[in-house]
Amino acid sequence: MTTVGEIRAANPRMTCRQVNVYYGDKHAIKNVSIDIGRNEVLAMIGPSGCGKSTFLRCLNRMNDTIEGCRVTGTITLDGQDIYDPDLDVVLLRAQVGMVFQKPNPFPKSIYDNIAYGPKIHGLARTRSELDQIVETSLQKAGLWDEVKDRLKHPGTGLSGGQQQRLCIARAIAVSPEVILMDEPCSALDPIATARIEDLIHELREQYTIVIVTHSMQQAARVSQRTAFFHMGDLIEVGPTDRIFTRPRHSLTEDYITGRFG
Amino acid sequence: MESHSGIAAVVKKTLNRRYRAERRFRRIGLAAVAVGLLFLAVLFTAIVSKGYTAFQQTHVLLDVYVDPDVVHVGNLDSADYQGLIKASLRELFPDVKGHRDKRNLYKLVSSGAGSILRQKVLEDTSLIGRRIQIWVPADDDVDMVIKGHVDRSLPESQRRLNNKSLAWVDALKEQGRLEKRWNLTFFTAGDSREPELAGIWGATVGSFYTLLITLSLSFPLGTAAAVYLEEFAPRNRWTDLLEVNINNLAAVPSIVFGLLGLAVFLNFFGLPRSSPLVGGLVLTLMTLPTIIIAGRAALQSVPPSIRDAALAVGASKMQAVFHHVLPLALPGMLTGTIIGMARALGETAPLLMVGMVAFIVDIPRGFTDAATALPVQIFLWADSPERAFVEKTSAAIMVLLGFLILMNGAAVFLRNRYERRW
Ligand SMILES: Nc1ncnc2c1ncn2[C@@H]1O[C@H](COP(=O)(O)OP(=O)(O)OP(=O)(O)O)[C@@H](O)[C@H]1O
Ligand SMILES: [Mg+2]
Repeated sequence: MTTVGEIRAANPRMTCRQVNVYYGDKHAIKNVSIDIGRNEVLAMIGPSGCGKSTFLRCLNRMNDTIEGCRVTGTITLDGQDIYDPDLDVVLLRAQVGMVFQKPNPFPKSIYDNIAYGPKIHGLARTRSELDQIVETSLQKAGLWDEVKDRLKHPGTGLSGGQQQRLCIARAIAVSPEVILMDEPCSALDPIATARIEDLIHELREQYTIVIVTHSMQQAARVSQRTAFFHMGDLIEVGPTDRIFTRPRHSLTEDYITGRFG
Repeated sequence: MESHSGIAAVVKKTLNRRYRAERRFRRIGLAAVAVGLLFLAVLFTAIVSKGYTAFQQTHVLLDVYVDPDVVHVGNLDSADYQGLIKASLRELFPDVKGHRDKRNLYKLVSSGAGSILRQKVLEDTSLIGRRIQIWVPADDDVDMVIKGHVDRSLPESQRRLNNKSLAWVDALKEQGRLEKRWNLTFFTAGDSREPELAGIWGATVGSFYTLLITLSLSFPLGTAAAVYLEEFAPRNRWTDLLEVNINNLAAVPSIVFGLLGLAVFLNFFGLPRSSPLVGGLVLTLMTLPTIIIAGRAALQSVPPSIRDAALAVGASKMQAVFHHVLPLALPGMLTGTIIGMARALGETAPLLMVGMVAFIVDIPRGFTDAATALPVQIFLWADSPERAFVEKTSAAIMVLLGFLILMNGAAVFLRNRYERRW
């Protein structure tokens, strides 16, 4: 199936060409090609089970950890093939950070959750530098005020929405260049959601962001481009305002007008 | 279908049945637990009621004249102390004449009495030339009479003590010279042919050294193997085969490991027979599969999302495992290890094969000394003909059970203390 719309971006950070993903015999992503532009927010929408998370996980090779998962095609980051056997996957994941669909804080203190990434990469030379990273990361994720008095408390003791923001803070603490977010706001209230969306606006100045969302409004608010997936196919890509106002593919139109999904 | 409002009625019909099933299941469960507890109680009462008497030992109070002609500074170590004991017995019963009667009289106190006197004199040489009162252990036959394990109505020929000896015992008792006292020897001595001199300490130390070898080998090896197999090894036919084999090894009868140890460690490598070193190696082979299986289960129970979280911030596989997965799995691994150790502590058969069943009086002082182990000691005593070893056997079982309870308690404590729920 050919994708409708413009898969190319003017100044691509990542490019994906003929990407296929199989879980054993199951063909989960079918021949998807798309660019992810520099300093852009790309939203991925589509009905549940269409393969958004699967595709997102290809972008930092988290699929490597899944037994029986096979990825074909090429994906590049700044022109470099990320599935090249010579490429260091640890380096890739430091550059391409990820926030998961389900919050997964380490069963450690809030502080240690954030500090872990910077520590293993040696981003802070002194304790106070590390403190600084922890504070700014938490501030950016909009969690600082709530947890600044209990940084030593376990991260797993936070509420679901707080945990998700903790995971966002953890991802941005290592200053990745690309951030992959898998429904980061699904467990958040409108206020926290607004905070995350502000954060995404802010981060866009320096970072490239790919966000999976089930909220059409959110996609419209935060993204410049939107990709619509359906049963493993990339149906349509285009500028967000165009997708939501004048979808070209009937499936896209059905989905955004709420006729299914 | 019923009407919409009828759903409550429909559910109610099945509800009673569901609750009944639940109640029935609870009662069955409770009954199962009760039966288990009953068996445990029977076992414990049987052992304790038979064994508690071993913690006391009948002692005889003797007035000993430390004759300077017999003991002097020149022969403190080698003097005939037993002779002094005998002399004091003769003093107590001056009427006893004849060689055979005297021999029987001497037999009332333990042959270890002399060395107790020697110990006393060595500690305080000023005792020489004085008349001292000293409690010495009675012979096990006397001990059995005092503890009521001897049927006096039996004909003389079927008793270990004849009528004269019994009369002496009664006389001693009347004079207040017989007393059941705390049996320290049992906890400080090694094995002995004389029940009143036999103790559990030698076997305990042997078990300790053996388990030390087992622990220090099987925990690191088992943990490393579990981590490698679970986290790093590719899943293919070879690792499947490995897994099947490990599971099989866990079920292999322990005596087979003993035979293997005999062939490999003793006959091939020529390591010292009867030593805790070899016993520990054999028990390591036996516990490794258990520890590996428990370790893998513990690693599997760590949610994959934790691994993902670590990898996604750029941790290497190794860092993800050692910083996040292993600390979370460690309580489970420790529990598995302790349970494996407890099994090793109670294991007898493989130790028999590598010679740890020898009769050893000395307390082992290292990994290569000849030694025995607690369960083997129980086996040895249970096999001994003397009546007094019956209570010793039960007492040794109590000691072993004590250690087992301690270890399993530690396992439960560790699990509760460090287990994280999330
Ligand atoms: N580990 C896996 N093994 C096998 N199949 C999988 C695995 N993960 C996902 N799938 C399948 O791949 C397809 C895409 O799943 P994916 O999680 O990418 O969907 P999604 O678009 O993220 O859905 P949602 O919006 O509900 O999160 C689904 O049909 C799912 O059943
Ligand atoms: Mg998903």
